Amino acid sequence: MNLYPFAAEMLQILIILAIAPAFVGWVRMLKCWLQGRTTAGLFQPYRDLMKLFAKDVILAENASWIFRFTPYIVFGTATLAGGIIPMLSVDLPLAASADAIVLVALFAIARFFTSLAGMDIGTAFGGMGSSREMTIASLAEPAMLMAIFTVSLAAGSTSLSQIVQVVFSGQSVLRPSLAFAFLAFVLVSLAETGRIPVDNPTTHLELTMIHEAMLLEYSGRHLALFEWAGMMKLTLFMALGAVLFFPWGIGTGSIIASGLAFVFLLLKLAAAGIVLVLIETGLAKMRLFRLTEFLGSAFLMATLGMLSFFILE
Amino acid sequence: MNLHIAAQINSFLAALVLLTAFGMLVQKRVYGLIHLFAWQGFFLSLNTAIVGFVADRHHLYISSVLTLSLKVFLLPYILHVLIHRLKIRKEVETIVNIPTTMMIGIALVIFSYHLTAPVRELSNLVTRSTIAVALATVMLGLLMMITRKHAVTQIIGFLALENGLFFAATSATYGMPLVVELGVALDVLIAAFIFGIFFFHINRTFDSLDVEQMARLKEGD
Repeated sequence: MNLYPFAAEMLQILIILAIAPAFVGWVRMLKCWLQGRTTAGLFQPYRDLMKLFAKDVILAENASWIFRFTPYIVFGTATLAGGIIPMLSVDLPLAASADAIVLVALFAIARFFTSLAGMDIGTAFGGMGSSREMTIASLAEPAMLMAIFTVSLAAGSTSLSQIVQVVFSGQSVLRPSLAFAFLAFVLVSLAETGRIPVDNPTTHLELTMIHEAMLLEYSGRHLALFEWAGMMKLTLFMALGAVLFFPWGIGTGSIIASGLAFVFLLLKLAAAGIVLVLIETGLAKMRLFRLTEFLGSAFLMATLGMLSFFILE
Repeated sequence: MNLHIAAQINSFLAALVLLTAFGMLVQKRVYGLIHLFAWQGFFLSLNTAIVGFVADRHHLYISSVLTLSLKVFLLPYILHVLIHRLKIRKEVETIVNIPTTMMIGIALVIFSYHLTAPVRELSNLVTRSTIAVALATVMLGLLMMITRKHAVTQIIGFLALENGLFFAATSATYGMPLVVELGVALDVLIAAFIFGIFFFHINRTFDSLDVEQMARLKEGD
């Protein structure tokens, strides 16, 4: 029995766990440079996480088991998602057993429990955050699924490894359906990872919070797990976009190919960070009620992608 | 350039034309609308030139240049001047809200895909797959004319509709004869001028370009 795929799987999960804070640090650094501020360095997120892990957890008296379990569920689903997306190699045991729909469902589970935890304590801001998060999710998820279905149609399978292989070996670069799906994916991932036109990750104003509002009551290692999972989610979405739409240099089995894939992944993440920061610096946060149009256009793009697959290809 | 790549570029440009058509449908600002219209004209002229190259029809180059000068530069310029002179409000007012319009638009695309299926079966041109997109562009232009209150945006809808017709001619039969195309181009130009004069009249009579005001016309005195 060939043990190499399992080794690659473990390696990939460890790498994602390790580089996610660095990616967030990279994004923050770029943002500081663009805004003419001094940066806290690439490794500040690691220091933040270590500080949070060292602190005590303070639980509210009426906190139920949901509140205590949610950080582990969220972190666990993020880690599992890190194993599903083929980043270092297309030959991964987890990627073979779970497809793109499972990936979307994993993120949905994390979101479901985060929203429950936001309401669990009974503070006003938590409930408000949960309600907003669910509003966004109900609009973002159909668009996300539609984008993934479009890519699956083009590749003939919903398995991520299969999609990556087909797109990688693709005869054509100019596929309108993939271009539309990519645009939709960019819009949706801004919403899913809570970046600027949708949510402001650095806000300290409770009234404008969406994701942060649900985590207001968390402290210590619970908060650290949430933060880490959030960083991983951002990294995973960027990596997913990179491997689905620009799968150059993905490994197909050997160790050297995986090493090369790792270098390519870092380069692609660095580029994705630049694009993300340019989007975030160029746009202002939207009003909550305009999000229907923003995510509606994501859905429109994804649907157009699907239609142009039938019409034009 | 081999035929396969040309067909791909062609369908990619068709997708971009469709995207700009939808962009116009959801765009809320008049200037943004005009820019999108100019982009649509640009993609159209590029597409025409490529079809002309692939099919070896040289008159298509002329219509491509005509499209470029007329629909990318001249008409948007005229519209800009009109909006500036008339001091129109920059926000576009819609009758149906934007998400609903998008859904209707998607339904129209599917409808035109089904409608053009027999034509696609019969045709053996490289551009046959884009006929559906061309028809959809016509429909979306029509939808825009219906769902907008403002005279200027309705005109842009009309011009987008004309873009769709031109695209349909290119993709269904490698373009109309040059005489017809020159005539149509001239017609559109004249129409733009007449629209301009109409705008001034409507604006002077009603102090607004909202065509709903015209309902007052029937209460004759």
